[in-house]
Amino acid sequence: MSHRRGTRGDAIVKRRVLNMDITFLLNGETVELSDVSPTMTLLDWLREDQHLTGTKEGCNEGDCGACTVMVTDGDGAKALNSCILFLPQLQGKAVRTVEGVSGPDDELHPVQQALIEHHGSQCGFCTPGFVMSMTTAHLNGETDFDTQLAGNLCRCTGYAPIIRAAEAAVSQPVPVWVKDAARVGEPASAPQNHPPYAPDNSDALAQLYASNPDATLVAGATDVGLWVTKGLRDLGTVIFLGNCADLKTISVDADTVRFGAMVDMNAMGATIDDLHPSYGEMIRRFASVQVRGAATVGGNIANGSPIGDNPPALIALDATLHLRKGESRRSIPIEDFFVAYGKQDRMAGEFVEAVSFARQPDRLKVYKLSKRFDQDISAVCGCFNITVNDGIVSAARIAFGGMAATPKRATAVETALIGQPWNSDTISAAQAGFDTDYAPMTDMRASARYRLETARAMLVRYYAEDQGELVSVLEVSA
Amino acid sequence: MSVAKSLPHDAARLHVTGTARYVDDIPTPANALHLAFGKSAIARGQIDAMNLHEVKSAPGVVAVLVAGDLPFANDVSPSAHDEPMLSDGSVHYVGQPIFLVVATSHLAARKAATLGQIKYIEETPILTIEDALAADTRFEEGPRIYEKGDAETAIKGAARVVEGTFEIGGQEHFYLEGQAALAFPQEGGDMLVHSSTQHPTEIQHKVAEALGVPMHGVRVEIRRMGGGFGGKESQGNALAVSCAVAARLTGKPCKMRYDRDDDMIITGKRHDFRISYRAGFDENGRIAGVSFMQYTRCGWAQDLSLPVADRAMLHSDNAYLLPACRIESHRLKTNMQSATAYRGFGGPQGMIAIERVLDHIAHDLGKDPVEVRCLNYYAARADGSGASGGDISNQNENNTTPYGMAVEDFELHGMTAALLASSDYAVRRAAVAEWNASHDTIKKGIAFSPVKFGISFTLTFLNQAGALVHVYQDGSVHLNHGGTEMGQGLFQKVAQVAASRFGIGLDTVKITATDTAKVPNTSATAASSGSDLNGMAVKAACDTIRERMASYLAELHQADVRTVRFADGNVIIGETVYSFAEAAALSYQGRVSLSATGFYKTPKVEWDRIKGHGRPFFYFAYGASITEVAVDTLTGENRILRTDILHDAGASLNPDLDIGQVEGAYVQGAGWLTTEELVWDEAGALRTHAPSTYKIPACSDRPDIFNVALWDAENPEDTIYRSKAVGEPPFMLGISAFLALSDAISACGDSYPALDAPATSEQVWATIQKVRNGI
Repeated sequence: MSHRRGTRGDAIVKRRVLNMDITFLLNGETVELSDVSPTMTLLDWLREDQHLTGTKEGCNEGDCGACTVMVTDGDGAKALNSCILFLPQLQGKAVRTVEGVSGPDDELHPVQQALIEHHGSQCGFCTPGFVMSMTTAHLNGETDFDTQLAGNLCRCTGYAPIIRAAEAAVSQPVPVWVKDAARVGEPASAPQNHPPYAPDNSDALAQLYASNPDATLVAGATDVGLWVTKGLRDLGTVIFLGNCADLKTISVDADTVRFGAMVDMNAMGATIDDLHPSYGEMIRRFASVQVRGAATVGGNIANGSPIGDNPPALIALDATLHLRKGESRRSIPIEDFFVAYGKQDRMAGEFVEAVSFARQPDRLKVYKLSKRFDQDISAVCGCFNITVNDGIVSAARIAFGGMAATPKRATAVETALIGQPWNSDTISAAQAGFDTDYAPMTDMRASARYRLETARAMLVRYYAEDQGELVSVLEVSA
Repeated sequence: MSVAKSLPHDAARLHVTGTARYVDDIPTPANALHLAFGKSAIARGQIDAMNLHEVKSAPGVVAVLVAGDLPFANDVSPSAHDEPMLSDGSVHYVGQPIFLVVATSHLAARKAATLGQIKYIEETPILTIEDALAADTRFEEGPRIYEKGDAETAIKGAARVVEGTFEIGGQEHFYLEGQAALAFPQEGGDMLVHSSTQHPTEIQHKVAEALGVPMHGVRVEIRRMGGGFGGKESQGNALAVSCAVAARLTGKPCKMRYDRDDDMIITGKRHDFRISYRAGFDENGRIAGVSFMQYTRCGWAQDLSLPVADRAMLHSDNAYLLPACRIESHRLKTNMQSATAYRGFGGPQGMIAIERVLDHIAHDLGKDPVEVRCLNYYAARADGSGASGGDISNQNENNTTPYGMAVEDFELHGMTAALLASSDYAVRRAAVAEWNASHDTIKKGIAFSPVKFGISFTLTFLNQAGALVHVYQDGSVHLNHGGTEMGQGLFQKVAQVAASRFGIGLDTVKITATDTAKVPNTSATAASSGSDLNGMAVKAACDTIRERMASYLAELHQADVRTVRFADGNVIIGETVYSFAEAAALSYQGRVSLSATGFYKTPKVEWDRIKGHGRPFFYFAYGASITEVAVDTLTGENRILRTDILHDAGASLNPDLDIGQVEGAYVQGAGWLTTEELVWDEAGALRTHAPSTYKIPACSDRPDIFNVALWDAENPEDTIYRSKAVGEPPFMLGISAFLALSDAISACGDSYPALDAPATSEQVWATIQKVRNGI
């Protein structure tokens, strides 16, 4: 680093207490912080400590996007929700807020100018978040705005003028001032040998976690963040996984596809799109760009949610989960990981290292059912992987989220299908299996009856889609 | 002239740069304190014992207040003085504030607020309509009834009858900026309050009561809200009063903002309704008589429920001349959040019920619902300008509403014809039918719905407004009025009026924060009235100053005052042309007062809400929309494919801002009727209290094709530059999305799809099952 201009003086105070020292770029200026609480969110720090009040708090749980900022690291620029981003996660990265989007002479960024011209703001409260999502999309050349802006809620405009603004800005060049350097500082400046930890690689993590089995692991913080902002919990000892570069690898070879635990959901989606497009579309709807950019493959599995969307799809692909504790590793079928509600087959000090599945012909369809198409938690997520040879079902792996206390296979339905001719009679007959497989609950997302009936309907949909019928309202136009 | 131009929102540049300041962005001294409420865990009962020891000893806590600690009034009701800010011992809903934590940070206050140990003597909560009717818990002594003619006889005598019951869900406002207030103690016990409120005068009133001072001891300021939608008409009272009381007790600035979950758990929402109907009609679909039974759950306190329920009754006709009509309205008291104002204020609920009736009639007769709707329209406006292509046979009847108001400005004949043509309705309706004949899984639907919405506060005295305008000696103008800015563009529209009156550019006019010390005794910015009332008040103030300047300059030049013109940044007297700044300087030197107040009260309105008779509205605003949808019959998943809208904003003050209101209102209205579902559990706790569980429309939920245009017609009433109010009316255009879903479902069977709202995927799916089974 050549130019150190810490906001708290030039010298880094090396106080090694329970808190952390971190360095990152904020709107192009280096910030060096000492003694930061490991669960201080970027949003609170911006607003309350820095008095940078352009970034807004709308929900404090990553669901509205008003707090969106742009974070750049070696993988490029991402839009992230600052309300569920802990300061230590920013070590060595560059943060740009709405205050840093206009040029040095207050020249507006093209998306800002377009939002004004197209009346894209009314009350203006969501606007800084939209500006940051749009600025990031503009920088990255992304133009699928319904997806890029799915994580930004606006209650005033009905979105149409915002989309018009986004489209108008596409042709404008990216201003030089919004391009951040890939990395400042080194992850090594984070502590290695005392809490809160930020190990550099999975070996160090394994050692640390084995000796601190009660620690809270923080990957993307899209779930753990809410333990703090909504649950108001004290996390105790925290281990941040963001520096474990070796857990971020994706490998696709002739036989196997493997995702490291710290691969984020956007990156996973990009790979899955080519292999299993229906699964890729589910990942698009899995959460907003901001949440997918932070959420990790490992975190989504390890938290064991019965309504996580990724596990049922992985179960349907017969994926293998790779776990590690200290120096010992084991691999289990992912479906065996989910033992009961809130209980996974994970020992104290053991963590998810990767998930893998065999390359296979694409017979997978993933059906996500939620109140809203984008950025919603599934009421039911049905995943069907059915192989037909010579008109006979030769293999079937079907798994659901939202239908039981864990992601769970529909074994009775599978049994009813396997060996039978692939026709509507078989589908009708197999539907009874759902009653054996599931006894779903009623909650604010859906009734038990609706869950069970739509699970049945999804099997009908799979068959109809296989026969070439149009089955998705997302593919219909006026 | 600045009016009628599509200028951007006045704060657009501040919005996009993050420099627009909201209450929580106002810099506070380091010693400022932060507040949070400790809330009830049960829906109904008495507090038996309260142990707040852990709360008081929590880190950062400065003080903890209960009802007995409040120095004066413990009431934050906007109406009936029935809403203690902190529980007086009784508990009325899950989430009711019981104690107030004052702490050194927002987070410390929130954490401490969870630590109260409260023992309750629980009572069985009254949650459902059935519960409330059984216990006879209600506001007012009994139902309100409005009648025109003898509906029962008319229905009995009709050739055909349809009837049904319709459940209509409530709606969370989900303003992006949550409720917030900030109080700065002043010398001598005075208080300055910044409040995110649509109603600063009421905040002033409630704070004064709570501090035991006259209203002159409290000043309330609000530059802008991050959305209001009615949710900041009365729901900000508790925060402002809390801040003021805590600031008085501690001598320090105090701030309170609700975390989103608290906001949704504590504050009121749109009223949900159950409406039963019976309608008699002839073989053409012409209605002879309709009877409505309306039940609404008002929650625990009265708040604004009476005028909301009144307005639901007042919109039970929508666009249709009902020869005989009876509306009975029950305002039920239940143990839940106190339902409150929300865009449309009961109008949408009343309106969707009559639209359901029209739809049901058309289905019963196998006719195109548009044809049945047009047949039942009110007669066109007397000058015929709204009549092109429409049926004006109704002109021969008594063209009055069920509450006895003559409809003199009916625009919908012409608007309907124009929209049917521009949207290619007939061809697309045939195409939808063809699609449905050849597709089993995905069905399409298309529907038209009109809007006629009454403009004015039904509490007649509220129809007044004030303004304060200064012209400084350099010719710059300071503009202030009683309206509040919540994103609707009110400040810009009113500034356009001021600039037009002085013939100057908008850059010369400074828009300033709403301030109870500048303009007193204001009404809430509500009922769509903002630009109608405040635009006229500002016009009056500007004209007063203009006349003073003109008469002084005329005298100076020995000219006739009537020849002085204000245009293009100049003041012109005969051959002499002064810049406006020069004219201001001259007037100042000539000792002319360059400051004036302005006042306006709406003419013609007169209303007896008990009899249900009179003229509650100055005029009506109209709109028409056509929506096409697709429905997955396997799961009920659905989507809007295309929407066409024609909306009546009179002679628009700012066409682009008005179109923005229409687009936004439509999506919000469609959200109310589709994905936005409020769910309370059996114990009365709200289960959908965050955006993770309560789903407002997201970006991709807007129509794929979205054509919005304004109807080109002046308001026949003498409103500000002949414009019309536009805040609420287009919300009800979203009804066409709901009716289109119903239309798609009707392709699944022969029986009428009695779809309830919101039409979530599950609701649509359940209705498809009923239609398939002939229920």
